[in-house]
Amino acid sequence: MTTVSTPVPAPDVAGRPVDLRPDRRREKFTVKRTLRYAALLLGVLLVLIPVYVLFVTSFKGAGDASPTRAWNLPTAWTTQNWSDAWTALSPALWRTFEMVIPASIIAAFLGSLNGFVLSRWSFRGANLVFTLILFGMFIPYQAVMIPLLQIFLDAGIPSGVPSLILLHVIYGIPITTLIFRNYYQTIPHELIEAARVDGAGMLRTYWSIILPISIPSFVVVLIWQFTSAWNDFLFAVFFSSSQNGPVTLALNNLANGAMLQNYGVSMAGALFASLPTLIVYIILGKYFVGGLMSGSVKG
Amino acid sequence: MKNRFRRFGPPILLLAPSLVLMAVFVYGLIGANFRTSITDNHTAGQATGRQPVSTVWFQNYVDLLKSESFQHSLVNLVLYTAVFLVGTLVIGFVWAWLLDKPVKGEGFFRSVYLFPMAVSFVASGVVWRWLLNSNQDESASGLNRLFQMVGLDFLQNNWWNNVTFGITAIAIPAIWQLSGYVMALFLAGFRGIPEELREAGRMDGASEWKVYRYVIFPELTPIALSALIIIGHMSLKSFDLIMSISKPANYQTKVPAVDMYVSKSSFDYANAAAIGSILLIIVAIAVVPYLIKTNRQEK
Repeated sequence: MTTVSTPVPAPDVAGRPVDLRPDRRREKFTVKRTLRYAALLLGVLLVLIPVYVLFVTSFKGAGDASPTRAWNLPTAWTTQNWSDAWTALSPALWRTFEMVIPASIIAAFLGSLNGFVLSRWSFRGANLVFTLILFGMFIPYQAVMIPLLQIFLDAGIPSGVPSLILLHVIYGIPITTLIFRNYYQTIPHELIEAARVDGAGMLRTYWSIILPISIPSFVVVLIWQFTSAWNDFLFAVFFSSSQNGPVTLALNNLANGAMLQNYGVSMAGALFASLPTLIVYIILGKYFVGGLMSGSVKG
Repeated sequence: MKNRFRRFGPPILLLAPSLVLMAVFVYGLIGANFRTSITDNHTAGQATGRQPVSTVWFQNYVDLLKSESFQHSLVNLVLYTAVFLVGTLVIGFVWAWLLDKPVKGEGFFRSVYLFPMAVSFVASGVVWRWLLNSNQDESASGLNRLFQMVGLDFLQNNWWNNVTFGITAIAIPAIWQLSGYVMALFLAGFRGIPEELREAGRMDGASEWKVYRYVIFPELTPIALSALIIIGHMSLKSFDLIMSISKPANYQTKVPAVDMYVSKSSFDYANAAAIGSILLIIVAIAVVPYLIKTNRQEK
């Protein structure tokens, strides 16, 4: 970044040597740097405002209901909201785990097979097939929702967890295929050729060469699927009810259902509902970002 | 013949489960949805198959596009997408630009900027509904109260309760959630530009602005395009956030995805399907050229 390592002073536009008197340069440098940190900290402040509100409100009791106290700390900290929110949401939380875990594992496995075939055991037209699969990632699900509802009803698939697992597997295939394909493209062809020469078939090559080195992208894909299935609301609204649906639906009912709004309870509930994905983000942030990058198609 | 099967058989067989699922649940259902959208399936009796349904061709599309209410939804969608795109791209770019230089605590800033992405729209909707409360002056809470506290009373407004521009208030939480993602994309882009390239520009006597104009911006164009497509298609499909902050019945914040839900809830399957198809066409216009371009580049 800096030109410190340049042996001669870098010339400016007119070709004159740049003024390198240390005091002035340093001053300019510091002003710029201060401005940079100020801008970055302002960003942090803006991003964290909702977090402050969420935490503080979730500990407030009825005594803090007045709008004049909206931004103040609680007069008396109470955990009542938290226990109320837990009572309201815990069954849905468990159901969400039951739904998200199988949905992520199955979609990841299918994506890995597809990614392998499309990148490293390719055939003519593989690129077209890949593009056709990828399109499934971009479609608005509203454009398939009505026939989807009818098919699931006709096939007798129970609403709630079973329906949602199936939906997240099916519509997870494009993104999981994409991430694995991008990853497998970095594996040298020679590795697979060597296996071919040794007489290994496709499945054998996949099983003993590809799968063992796929762990990092499995982590990326599982996190991605886990987060998007956990946070899904659209399929939940169409394919489940508050009795058998995931936590996003339960939270929305908690926050919008009651006539009298109790923000304390709904904010505690929002924190409960976000905790699993936030924990994943904090522990496995590196892989989370990896998944985000792959989501940009070019990888 | 046998040889050909040996070459093409295994990869196709391995892809088969996913290909069948995509063929049925993406392309098949898009067709079925279109079929429903050109019928007069507007009542519960017809939706459940107890009453006959007849084809009316494009009548539903004509009626929708003519109706003032649906036009309002389309205008809302355009406004929302414009604000969402400009907001995330500008903030994401500025954050990436600030972090590209050596910064102490870079990891901290990145983590904070990115974390909202791990939270569901429904959960963040809970807190943003509180922040975007339309009450003003004595009864103000949320951001309006904050404005009073810091002496910016004139900034108080009724947020998403404004009929014309209310929808843009809901773009604020969307920007809050996805600016970090755009930052991560741009930061990867900045880091991917070899330092020699910038140095070469400076050596040739280019000013800092010219280095950006002729070296850095062209290198970042593909990233900006990816970000545009990803954020754009998310925005066109927006549903969760609007549902959790506003209500489906609220005229001021409705978009096609919400109309589709309202139609489905009243068993107007034909209109719900027609809205789904319209959304699909809008998204496809944005995404298909991009997919074709990406596909070509890889060949």
